[in-house]
Amino acid sequence: MLSPVILFPAVLNGLMTGAVYALVALGLTLIYGVLHIINFAHGALLTAAMFAAFFAHKLLGLDPYVAAVLLTPLFFVLGYGLQRFVIGPAAHGEDRNILLVTLGLAVVIENALLYAFRADTRTINLPYAFNVVEIGPAFLAVPRVVAFVVVIFVALALWLILRLTDTGKAIRAVAKEKLGAELSGIDVAHIYAVTFGLGTACLAIAACLLISTYYVNPQAGNAFVLIAFTIVVLGGMGSVAGALIGGLFVGVVESLSGLWLGESLGQIGIFVMFILVLLFRPSGLFGERA
Amino acid sequence: MSRSTVTRRHFLQTSALGAAAAAGVLHAPAVLRAQGSAVKIGVLHPVSGALSYSGQQGRIGAQMAIDEINAAGGIKSLKGAKIEAVLGDAQSTPDGGNAEVEKMNAAGVAAVVGGYASAICLSASQTAARYDLPYVVDVGVVDSIVTRGLKNTFRFGPGFGIIAKTALDNLVTINEAAGKAAKTVMIVHEDSAFGSGLAKLLNAQLPERGFQVLETIPHPTPTRDFNNVVLKIKAQNPDIVIPANYYNEYVLLARTMQQQRVQPKGIYSVLGGAASSYKFVKEFPEAAQYIMDCNHWFDPKNQKALELKKKIEAKGDFYTYEVYMNYSCVLLLSDALERAASADRAKIIAALESSTFAGHVMPYGPTKFVNGQNQGAAPVNTQVLNKDIEVIFPAAFASAKAVFPMPKA
Repeated sequence: MLSPVILFPAVLNGLMTGAVYALVALGLTLIYGVLHIINFAHGALLTAAMFAAFFAHKLLGLDPYVAAVLLTPLFFVLGYGLQRFVIGPAAHGEDRNILLVTLGLAVVIENALLYAFRADTRTINLPYAFNVVEIGPAFLAVPRVVAFVVVIFVALALWLILRLTDTGKAIRAVAKEKLGAELSGIDVAHIYAVTFGLGTACLAIAACLLISTYYVNPQAGNAFVLIAFTIVVLGGMGSVAGALIGGLFVGVVESLSGLWLGESLGQIGIFVMFILVLLFRPSGLFGERA
Repeated sequence: MSRSTVTRRHFLQTSALGAAAAAGVLHAPAVLRAQGSAVKIGVLHPVSGALSYSGQQGRIGAQMAIDEINAAGGIKSLKGAKIEAVLGDAQSTPDGGNAEVEKMNAAGVAAVVGGYASAICLSASQTAARYDLPYVVDVGVVDSIVTRGLKNTFRFGPGFGIIAKTALDNLVTINEAAGKAAKTVMIVHEDSAFGSGLAKLLNAQLPERGFQVLETIPHPTPTRDFNNVVLKIKAQNPDIVIPANYYNEYVLLARTMQQQRVQPKGIYSVLGGAASSYKFVKEFPEAAQYIMDCNHWFDPKNQKALELKKKIEAKGDFYTYEVYMNYSCVLLLSDALERAASADRAKIIAALESSTFAGHVMPYGPTKFVNGQNQGAAPVNTQVLNKDIEVIFPAAFASAKAVFPMPKA
């Protein structure tokens, strides 16, 4: 029914979109894998990061890619501080409390943004945003290709950090066996905060990649978070490779089902895949155990 | 924390719990009340959620009218009673609109203005009808809003029956002037009451007027990515693309079309969310150039409309259709209050029914309500030309001639 002239660009588009999904999911899966909490503030933090990227461009004239270099450490510190000084102490060690605290944070952040910046939709217009890379019949916008490459590198870097550094090893130790890690002298509170910081830093990068082709308003981040939740479960919770592959996969599925079923019904494709994975591979594509 | 392993069930349980909580908690209602004894009017808009930009703009327009009325001495037949706005946030959902109408009713408002989206207007006006509460629809274009026989519901602006007819009449005129350059059409519409209803109407009427509809593509609000939609447009290569959707999606679509180098002979929107928006034209002049729209528009020859434009722009806001439509609706209501000389709901409804209000800023014929619909209401055609928005139809208000087909870049 559909010629390769459409199919090929659609798959590439799916991969480009999926890469950004993957980055949002990476942050989420990392936080879930280690802290075992769903971070409901994830969407709001993404929105906040998008606003930061927007204003870095608007007020300081910074290109989003330059802003990423500054915002990533900034959001790492923000995430670290949130976990260390707000979420951790407020939760008193109860999972359910953490959930509510992150939910509360989401409400506070979203409404603070709404109060400060109102509901205006904001976009930035970059000279190169309309440049395209031609791959056969496909025209790919330069910012989307850049985003794709950056996401692959970030995922790789994150994987290496977790594999090779002492902090990474400590993070994995806490994820697997918190008590054991504590007994071996690992500062669990610190590791929790570092993980939350890394997850938030991922959002800062995602925001800088998104802002050149998408828009920001106080709800903008939410559009990505439900998808990210799906990817986390699909890829296997806490798995970096799972989030990356899951994100790309969901991007392609969304793109193709959108093509066949229409954009309205296309979302169904993602959830059908999701249910199939749950039925036949309940630990997710890369999950270690159920 | 006691858990040391990650389980799927736990993840799902907590996410479900959180999602439920989020639905309940995230959008706290925002009802604000001023002090003093006055006539209360419910001002209902979706100021949070997917439609929040439009909602915010609508609120700005309504508030501006209320401030002006109060500054000019309030409702004179009610001893100069001030109008007090009871602000409500419909949260971009029909349920949200209903809840706010309930609250406004409890707060003792004399009437409600607003709703913005068709789906919200439909349900909110029905809820208001239960309390015989006068409801003035600000925008909501679905025709069933005024064909349900609700005595309390009035729509000052045009419905999409008349909008689609005007749009098609003008399209035929423009096309004939260009030697019938265009024969094929693709429609891209959002999938709620407004976009779907309009698409259905266009699908029925375009073939009658000699256009072939190649494909109709629905999409949800919000849509994150329009690349696939644009791929389809590229593959079918229609002469004209007709988008009918809200602001954010419209902008994404137009930008993606520019990116993918898709250049039909014309982009002719019918109620395009951004096609006649100063914000869009200012931020993306290249993507916006030559786009035509059949939409709500102020009367460019009306002094009051131009003064309002200056005032709104001086505040740093954009003069969008939500602003002047809400502004006009509040004035219409205040005129009814003036003539009813009472805050009694039945008397206000009677005053609206017999309204011949002329002090608005729209390019409409004489105001006359039949079954709640203003018979004078009509849309105009605009085109983005040289970074400005010009009226191209009707001739009485036109400030430029249509450029069609689009010159190739």
